[in-house]
Amino acid sequence: MRRVCVIGAGITKFVRRAKETGKELSFEAARMALDSAGMELADIQSVAEGTAPDAFDGLHMKAEYLSDGSGAFGKPYTRSYVGGGTGVFLGAHGWWHVASGMFDTCLVVGEEKMSSCFPHPQGAFLTIFDNFTERPLGPNLVWIFALEMNRYMTRHNIKKEDIALVSVKNHGNALDHPSAQLGMKITVDDVLKSEVLAYPVQRLDISPTSDGAAALVFCTEEVARKYTDDPVFVDGVGWHLDTSYWTDRDLYYPKYVEKAAKMAYRMAKIDNPRKQIDFAEPYDPFDYKELHHMEGLQLCGKGEAPVLTREGVTQRDGDLPTCPSGGALGVGNPIAATGVMKLCEMFWQLRGEAGKRQVKNNPNTAVAQAWGDLMQVGTVVVMRRGGARP
Amino acid sequence: MSRVAIVGVGRTQLRPVSPELSYKELMFEAAVRAYDDAGVEPRGDIGSFIGVSEDFWEGTSIFDEYVPDQLGGALRPVCTIGNEGLHGVATAAMQIMTGQVKVAAVESHSKLSEVGRPLKVMQMALDPVLNRPLDFNPHVLAGIEMARFLGDSKALRNDCARVVAENRAAAMDNPYAAYPADLRAGEVMGSADAFSPLKEMEMSGPADGAVVVVLASEQKAKGLKGEPVWIDGMGWANDTPTLEARDWATARYAKLAMAQASKMAGYPAKKADLFEIDDTYAYKEIQHAAALGICKPGDFRKLIDGNGPPVNPSGGSLGCGHILDATGLFKLAEAVEQLRGTAGRRQVKGARRALVQSWRGVPTTSGAVVLLSGNDAGPAGAGKGAVA
Repeated sequence: MRRVCVIGAGITKFVRRAKETGKELSFEAARMALDSAGMELADIQSVAEGTAPDAFDGLHMKAEYLSDGSGAFGKPYTRSYVGGGTGVFLGAHGWWHVASGMFDTCLVVGEEKMSSCFPHPQGAFLTIFDNFTERPLGPNLVWIFALEMNRYMTRHNIKKEDIALVSVKNHGNALDHPSAQLGMKITVDDVLKSEVLAYPVQRLDISPTSDGAAALVFCTEEVARKYTDDPVFVDGVGWHLDTSYWTDRDLYYPKYVEKAAKMAYRMAKIDNPRKQIDFAEPYDPFDYKELHHMEGLQLCGKGEAPVLTREGVTQRDGDLPTCPSGGALGVGNPIAATGVMKLCEMFWQLRGEAGKRQVKNNPNTAVAQAWGDLMQVGTVVVMRRGGARP
Repeated sequence: MSRVAIVGVGRTQLRPVSPELSYKELMFEAAVRAYDDAGVEPRGDIGSFIGVSEDFWEGTSIFDEYVPDQLGGALRPVCTIGNEGLHGVATAAMQIMTGQVKVAAVESHSKLSEVGRPLKVMQMALDPVLNRPLDFNPHVLAGIEMARFLGDSKALRNDCARVVAENRAAAMDNPYAAYPADLRAGEVMGSADAFSPLKEMEMSGPADGAVVVVLASEQKAKGLKGEPVWIDGMGWANDTPTLEARDWATARYAKLAMAQASKMAGYPAKKADLFEIDDTYAYKEIQHAAALGICKPGDFRKLIDGNGPPVNPSGGSLGCGHILDATGLFKLAEAVEQLRGTAGRRQVKGARRALVQSWRGVPTTSGAVVLLSGNDAGPAGAGKGAVA
C-alpha cells in the first residue's frame, strides 16, 4: 500500500450567501490549494470531487457542472457522496486514487452552495425522507436531531449546560479562523436563552447554513519530497453506513462512527486512540454531535464527553483539543466543504501553521470525522506529521 | 501490482415499465443474482458497497441513505459515486488495488418509468446562468452534435440509421432487452424528426432495471465460485461542461479515457474481440468508435456489414433500453458473459478481450472505458497495471 501525503490546502471564506457561483468557489479553493503546494494544474493527474445534495445548488448532476471549476477539464474525475459525511469521506476518496497506484497526484475539492435553495436550504431536507413512511408527515431535519439529542441527554443524564459549552468553545475558536462565518464570544447563558427550534435544540446549538469550498492536494511520498520537507500523511481512512430504518436504532450512540473509526484506526495502527491521538476535528453541526462523535471515535467512554468538555480537556490548550478550527458551529457548515475544512485544519495544525488557532500539545496524530444521512453514516480520516509509518 | 477481477454479475430484465416492483426490489433481485454468481455472502465477504445514482432521478435527496439494506450493506462501508456505473467500477477497483478492500460490489439502477417529468430533470443539468433560461429540450444538444458530426456526409447519415436496425435486431437474442425489433434502415429514416437531423427511432428508449457487479482482488478471486474476468485497463475523463466551449465534432472524453485505459492495459482498442460502447443516440456509436480508435467514421459501415469485431452484440441501449447511469454496468455485464462464453445466442465466438465504454448523456462530457480479458485470454500487452 502506497503511503499518501497532503502537501497543500486551500479554503474560501464561508458565508451565508456567496456572490460567486459554486464553480467559482471551487476554483478559488482549488487554486489556493495548488498555490500552497507550489503546483500547477498540469501537475495534477486526477480530481476527486465531493458535494452534497444536488437540491441545494438546484443542479442535476451537480458534479458535472462543477468539473471545470474544480480543475477536472480533460482529466479523470469522480464525485463521491455520503450526505453530510461527504467532506471527510473525500479524504478516503482522494486516498484511494493515489494509494491504489492509479495516480501520483490528486486534487481533492469539496463544494457546497446552500444559498441557492430558496427560501431556506432546510427545505431541501424535506426530500431526504422515505417517500412512503416519513415524507407524508412533513418532517424537518431539526426535529429528528432533537429526538437524538434528547435520547443522548436522557440516557446519560446530561445537562444542557454541559452541551452548551461546546457551542461556546467552537464559536470562540472560530474567532481565530480567517474563513469563519460565525466566530463570536458567547456564554452558556446565551445558548440557553436562544430561540427554541425543536426542544432541546436551540438556535445557538446549531451550525449555520453556508456557501463555501475547500481543497487539498494529495500525492505520493516521492512526489511530496520534491515540493516540501514537511508533508502530512493520510494514514487511516474508514467509513460505515447504517440501515435506512433509523427509527429501529437506539440513537444514544453512533455505532456507525465507531465502526468507521475502527476501520481507520486499524489501517493507521492505532490501538489506543485516547493516548495516540493528539487532537480531533469531530463533526459538530449541532453542539451535542461533537460529544456524541467523540464517544463514537473512542476518544472517551460513552457519556464521558461532556465531562471532558467541562474540565477543559477539549480546549486548544487542553490534552485533547477538539474542533480547534471552530468547527461547523463557528467556521460555518457548507456541508461537503466543512469536512474538507476539517481535513485542512489537520494539515495546518500538524505542520504548526495554524497561527492563533495552533494547539499547544505539539501534535503528531489527528483524527477528523463527519456524519450525515439519516443519522446513519460515519466517515473518518487519520493524519500524521512526518516520520515513518508505524 | 495485483490484478482486479470481476467475479459476479447480476441483472434484472430491462423493461419500459415495472409497476409491480420498487427500486429496492429491483436492486435486491440484481444483488442476489450477482452474489450467487460470485459465490459471496454480502454480510461477511464484501468489504465495500458502491451505489451509483443521482438524487434528481431518484426523487430523493441524499439517496445513499436508501442503498444499504437491500444490498446487504447495512452498517458496512457503503458510499455513492455520482458518476456513471463504470466510474463506480473504477472506484471499486482502486479500493481493491489499495489492499484495504478485498471484495467490492457496485450497484446502479433506473426507475425512469416513475420519473414524472424526465425532461425537466435533464434541464436542471444545464448551466443555470447561461443555458437554463433558454428553456430548451436538452435532447436538442444531441441534434446539434449529430449535425456537426455528419457534416456533409450522406453516407454517414444512412449508417446511423443502420446502427438502429442492427442493434435492435441483435437485441432479439437478448433476454434482458426491452426494445428488440426487426427493422430496416429505411423504416428508421421514415420515423418522425425528433431533433433534426436526429430521428425519433435513433434515440434509445427509457427502461427500468438494476445491475450489480462484484469485484475481487486476484488472490481472493481465485478462491471464489464465479469465473473471473480480468480488468486489464480502465480510464475515465471529463471534457468541458460548458456548451459554448466544447469541440462538438469529436468525443474528446472518450479519447482521453481510452488513452488512460490503454496505457494501463498495454494494448489499444483494436485488440478487443468485441465492443460494448455507448449508443444513447445512434450517431454516438459511430462517433465513440472513432474516438476510441476502433475505426474512422467512414469505415464504420464495414463493421456494420460484419467485417470486423461486433459492436454492441447485446443490442446496445437502442435495443435493450437506456437505464441512466446503470447503462455502463449493463454493458459490462454483457461483456463478462461474452468472455465467460455464457452469452447464449448472442455469443461472439472465441471472444477473449472486450472493450466497454460509457457516456453520461447530454449535457455532459463525461465518459469511461474498461478493457477486460477472459480468464484464459493469455497475455495481451505489457501494461503497467496503473497509469501513474
